[in-house]
Amino acid sequence: MSGNGDSTSRRALVALGRDPLAVTGGVVLVLLVVAGLAGSWLAPAGINEVNVDRMLQPPSWAHPFGTDEIGRDVLSRVLVAARVSLEVGAVSVGIALLVGVTLGLFAGYYQGWLDNILMRCMDVLFAFPVLLLAVAIVAVLGPGLRTAMVAIGVVYTPIFARVTRAGVLSVREQVFVRAAVATGASDLRIMRRHVLPNIAAPLIVQTSLSLAFAILSEAALSFLGLGVPPPEPAWGRMLYDGRGFVTEAWWLGFFPGAAIFLTVLAFNLVGDALRDVLDPRQLTVSEARRHAG
Amino acid sequence: MTRFLLRRLLQSGIVLLGVTLVVFLLLQLVPGDPVRVALGTRFDPETYEALRSRAGLDQPLPVQYASYVGQALTGDLGVSFRSGRPVTAIVLERLPATLSLAITAVVFALLVAFPLGVLSALRSGSVFDHAARVFSQFGVSVPDFWMGIMGILLFAGVLGWFPPSGYVALTEDPVGWASHVFLPAVTIGLVTASILTRFIRSSVLEVLAEDYVRTAEAKGLPTRVVVVRHVLRNALIPVVTVVAVQLASLLGGVIVIEVLFAWPGVGRLTYDAVQARDYPVLQGAILLVAALFLLVNLLVDLLYARLDPRIRVR
Repeated sequence: MSGNGDSTSRRALVALGRDPLAVTGGVVLVLLVVAGLAGSWLAPAGINEVNVDRMLQPPSWAHPFGTDEIGRDVLSRVLVAARVSLEVGAVSVGIALLVGVTLGLFAGYYQGWLDNILMRCMDVLFAFPVLLLAVAIVAVLGPGLRTAMVAIGVVYTPIFARVTRAGVLSVREQVFVRAAVATGASDLRIMRRHVLPNIAAPLIVQTSLSLAFAILSEAALSFLGLGVPPPEPAWGRMLYDGRGFVTEAWWLGFFPGAAIFLTVLAFNLVGDALRDVLDPRQLTVSEARRHAG
Repeated sequence: MTRFLLRRLLQSGIVLLGVTLVVFLLLQLVPGDPVRVALGTRFDPETYEALRSRAGLDQPLPVQYASYVGQALTGDLGVSFRSGRPVTAIVLERLPATLSLAITAVVFALLVAFPLGVLSALRSGSVFDHAARVFSQFGVSVPDFWMGIMGILLFAGVLGWFPPSGYVALTEDPVGWASHVFLPAVTIGLVTASILTRFIRSSVLEVLAEDYVRTAEAKGLPTRVVVVRHVLRNALIPVVTVVAVQLASLLGGVIVIEVLFAWPGVGRLTYDAVQARDYPVLQGAILLVAALFLLVNLLVDLLYARLDPRIRVR
């Protein structure tokens, strides 16, 4: 069954290429990755270049996104902040994927008391509203980029555990798994070689959709002052800092928020397209969370 | 039904116990001494000792947890490290503001999502359907706090129709409350509406494909009757769940909007407790929200089982 992962990726790529919305989302994501990797180089000004003579200037040729309350170039900060969003999204979803898939695999494969204990633990985490739990974790561990990543990773772990477990439950009854058991293959080998590749489709979809929500959660944490500490730019933090000036300087609220919106939208468009092809019955992460209880 | 009820009660009880453990452990995760951290520069040995002993921090961990659960069951969630007031009273004071905001937002969301979702499904593939799906995609992708900021800019800054922030109790001045609740409720409501629109659309589409709908059409019933009597009655059963769970999640999940609009609800209280490192208040607010979330879910499951008997036997 090892070829399954390849054909899944190929099907996903073909589907993305045929869907105009997914292509649009993909293009935005590529631009975002470029901004994330080369933001400091592309930025027309230094991100912490303070200049009180040019504070709160509206968008112009010199400063296309205007300047903030201490004269920093907003475009430069928006570009560089892309790295933070991508980093938090990737690391936190990576944590959720790793922990959630491991727990879901063991729960679904072994079932019985282990399944019961693990899934009840996931139920407990599901009982907290996402952002509230993330805020609580950051509050006790102290604000910062690393804590935000861990907090977001923890709150998105249960969804991966549930998606994985549901997949494992159906795959473990398949003939090829029973054949592998009969040949004496170890449990770990069966899970790695036969079960995981066959539940890749829903996990790919979940990863894409979770990235969108992880970025949204990071922006919310930064907006509450619990994410990236200043002066490092983060979109949520920029909105938080600019909210006092929003009626006199609309650009402080508009551009960082538009960047978050476009990023989340791009991940959602790609995720929805992947879901339509790979796993039409799967719910979006927001739908799934609201179903859970 | 009794068996189903007992099973769900037991499940909720176990999860609630797990929730108390997580909330209890939050305090243990604080690096250093949480009371000392909370007191900061206001530290004095007497207050410190009194708060430590009141919070039971001088006891072994299992004893602390057992007494935390025992006291929580009697409605005692400890005292604030900052004001010394009972946490239960502090949290309950904030509940009406959050409830009024969450209910208004959900009502607004339903007013938007219901016609949009139903019409979008009935005219599947039309321009209207595409527009509704664009709206729905927009709603799930837009950060609510950004929409809130843009709302403040437009309706408070440019047009001057609504106050940018603040709160007036509904019981004191209903008109003042309405003008203050409008912007935050619409901000949350639009995001909720986009999620509900998706659900209502897919639920109606699913029922439209059922045999009994085809039979109703085949026997010559007018479309309006088929839609109202056969489609909506069945399609809206799962929507009840989603609406209630949305409401439950709003009760604790609107921190950002409450902070942005200076709305003195449970979310704002949580934020203030984080800023002040008032851990008992933080724990109390989180526990209350999670318990409410579980309670609403339990009620919804019971209601759902009553509406759809198939659920009970699963």
